[in-house]
Amino acid sequence: MNRPHLHALATELESFAAEPYYQPVGRELELFQAAAGKKLPVLLKGPTGCGKTRFVEYMAWKLGRPLVTVACHDDLTSADLVGRYLLAGEETVWLDGPLTAAVRAGAICYLDEVVEARKDTTVVIHPLTDTRRVLPVEKRGELVRAPDNFMLVVSYNPGYQSVLKELKQSTRQRFVALDFDYPPAELEAAIVARETGIAADTAAQLVKLGGLTRNLKGQGLDEGASTRLLVHAGHLIASGVAPRDACAAAVGRALSDDADSVAAVDDLIRAVF
Amino acid sequence: MPSSERLDHAALGARLDAIFSFDVSSGRNYDELIEPLQGAERATQDFALHWATVAARTHLEIAYLVVLLAPQALCRLSSRQAEAWVVAALDGFDRIGLRAAVMALRDIEGFARGVSPAAVGLDAITPRLQRFLQGLSGRGLRVEADSAPWTDTETVYLPPRIELSSHEASAERYLALVALLWAQGRWGTYALDIDAALADFDRPDYALGWLALLEARRLGTRLSQELPGLRSELALLLEVLPPELDAAREALVAPGSDIADSIAWLRDNALLAVSPAPTFEHLPVLRPAVARQVRAARIREQSQVLRLSIAELLESMRQAQDAAPPELDVDADPERLELEVKIDGASVTLPPEGLAAAQSLLQDMGEIAPELLVPAGPAEWKGDGKAGGGKPGTLETHADALFDEWDYRRRAYRRQWCHVYLHEVGGGDAAYVPAVRARHAPLIRQLRRRFEAMRGEDRVLRRQADGPEVDMDALVAAIADRRGGAEPSPRLFCRRQRDERSLAAVFLVDMSGSTQGWVNDAEREALVLLCEALEMLDDRYAIWGFSGWTRTRSDLYRIKDFDEAYGAEVQARIAAIQPRDYTRMGPPIRFVTERLLAEPARHRLLVTISDGRPDDFGDDYRSDYGIEDTRQALLEARRAGVRPFCITIDRAGADYLKHMYGPAAFAVLDEVRKLPLKVAEIYRRLTI
Repeated sequence: MNRPHLHALATELESFAAEPYYQPVGRELELFQAAAGKKLPVLLKGPTGCGKTRFVEYMAWKLGRPLVTVACHDDLTSADLVGRYLLAGEETVWLDGPLTAAVRAGAICYLDEVVEARKDTTVVIHPLTDTRRVLPVEKRGELVRAPDNFMLVVSYNPGYQSVLKELKQSTRQRFVALDFDYPPAELEAAIVARETGIAADTAAQLVKLGGLTRNLKGQGLDEGASTRLLVHAGHLIASGVAPRDACAAAVGRALSDDADSVAAVDDLIRAVF
Repeated sequence: MPSSERLDHAALGARLDAIFSFDVSSGRNYDELIEPLQGAERATQDFALHWATVAARTHLEIAYLVVLLAPQALCRLSSRQAEAWVVAALDGFDRIGLRAAVMALRDIEGFARGVSPAAVGLDAITPRLQRFLQGLSGRGLRVEADSAPWTDTETVYLPPRIELSSHEASAERYLALVALLWAQGRWGTYALDIDAALADFDRPDYALGWLALLEARRLGTRLSQELPGLRSELALLLEVLPPELDAAREALVAPGSDIADSIAWLRDNALLAVSPAPTFEHLPVLRPAVARQVRAARIREQSQVLRLSIAELLESMRQAQDAAPPELDVDADPERLELEVKIDGASVTLPPEGLAAAQSLLQDMGEIAPELLVPAGPAEWKGDGKAGGGKPGTLETHADALFDEWDYRRRAYRRQWCHVYLHEVGGGDAAYVPAVRARHAPLIRQLRRRFEAMRGEDRVLRRQADGPEVDMDALVAAIADRRGGAEPSPRLFCRRQRDERSLAAVFLVDMSGSTQGWVNDAEREALVLLCEALEMLDDRYAIWGFSGWTRTRSDLYRIKDFDEAYGAEVQARIAAIQPRDYTRMGPPIRFVTERLLAEPARHRLLVTISDGRPDDFGDDYRSDYGIEDTRQALLEARRAGVRPFCITIDRAGADYLKHMYGPAAFAVLDEVRKLPLKVAEIYRRLTI
């Protein structure tokens, strides 16, 4: 591997020139800003697709800090976060992982769905979340001190059913926790309309459908339709797909594989559109 | 290989003897059974004997009727349909009881009509309607059959069968009807005392008939606005409304119109009500007296729940004893069923059951009256039942274990209240498990493959294309290769695979009397599939069956302990699982929690497989008392680090399970036959 190619692997720091669209629901802006000011890490709790990621992007823009987003998965190890040696010819070259890059740059590092990551990642997260604010890079024998602008944000979906995917107390008690949920109906309709450009009444119908599917949670559905799914359906409608078909594809089939549950959602779609 | 020769009198007698042998005392006359069967085709005879054997496992009376009626049924139905006829009767037994099964069997003609391709039977569509209702309202409504559609605001009564031009049209008629009945509860048909309001009409009964039609008009319009997708189905349903009512449309479509507007219109057009209103098969009727009672009882109950949860909330906020009483306030939006509770001006979050109660009250009354915001005192007992059983400490027993039980009315434990006895089930059929295994061989193979993929490992994988560390050996070899002119391998990294699962699970299986029949069969099959799959993992697991008879006897049956292997002995015990008494759930949960805590695992999982709510003989365990005790037992387990999860086939389960297990910790299966397939899969999902 040639050196120039290594640059392609380096972590990209995202900077937002334009304001990302985010509709505040409660006091989350105020709380996040206060936490950022006091160098406290933040935990975002909430169901999938309710706007956690967008919120972090918005806050990165508002605070004028770069953002590094890591979508955690069950193969993600601490080395993936911190960095590793790569081979270039017959030499090894160190490459910072996204977390290290974020610490060095004083960015916001957002670990999305942090419980998905392997347990050993907590080892590198913990020293960053207390007063030490350091990142030990074991392989290089280096201790990276986080500048004041660095901020760790993790997200977590408490609706998970797996026992292995609970956030441990020793981890969660390090964070300022913000609760996220689907926004109230009117606000959600405004968000769907704004994101997709569909008419306000169609957006309201989509949100109504979302609410009905959320009533089915635990009754065949693991989760109700998220705001994100409603936005997807809205995009399909905006591009000319009939509303029933758009919802069947973007909501019904997306929520479940179980034929009965899909049929239940279809009934609700038919009732709303 | 079945022969084609007919069985004669003696042969039939012998076969029937085998099926009914333990019922000779009933004095039934087999001649009545043998006579018609003797003249029937061999296929009919085989059908009757086969399905009688199946039915006898559930109830002998059903088996008897199957034999008696099989010749008639097979004249009218294809053999496929006749099977469905028996299955429907067994289903009826499982859900309602013997009477339903007998009625279903006797109604061959009705069944034959029901199987016409355009018809939809209520039984078949009930799960779909229930999910639809669940979607429409947070409040779960039950679905039952009745000749005319109506609702008491908690149960929706629908005609047992609808046959329109096509199957889809019939199904959509059911959906439209369900929506219309749901709307009666949602938009206040019973919000005022209808009987009193109509009392001054010359013929209140005629007026009530007309009012039902007016309400159908009003709610149909309202629904068409709220759920525009139902518009065409509703229009079709309502097109039968008499033309005299067309004029009412204007008065009733205004937003916010309610039952009072319907009554006012009826009063203005009082001439209508001098004659009886026409009746229509598919238009809802009103039963104000029943609905009033149901509604009043619900309001009473939900008010109490709300007051208790406000008390809980205040307690958790640790108000100083001598501080001024907090000022409670609520902002409610009855249209959206949204509300915000404020204590001393600051908005607070009600516990889920309190919020549900408040929404229910908002729906019933359109507001939250200030008197409902008074917290219930800690000494206040909810409900009007007696305490949860006889007197403590008067029994001379040598129980294997004693457990406390939670009395929610006292907000305290009854100490050493429940007596637990441990048993070993024996005498199971050794051939049972191999038979199930053979029957489900492909499924077991599939499950095993899936479970194998979850197996925990801890090792270093060398020569990987990617990984956190450089594999020095591979690197040296690659450099040597390249210097020597050979193609170097790109796999130069190594990674550590660390997947230790460290998990202990207990499966707690309901062995109460209500599992008689299919449920028991399904539970046993589910356990076999589960064990077959779990053998692929190193997870430690135990299986206990439970049943009981009052607090003095909670029986726990050891089917497999953690240290036992899934061998012949365990398999025989699975085969021997059989329905026994009642479902007192608290003591078994507390017992297995103790067992789980003794296991040296990092994660502990308690899976309950059940067919209904907690229930026990005599005392009021089947009421809220049992639910609250079970909930407390589960809370104790959760605090101790055990994750509880419930798999149930009780369709009404979501009502109380959310309260007992928490929102993400249960699964409701709508059909018994799905149980064997789902249990292993749910375990997999829980522990991936």
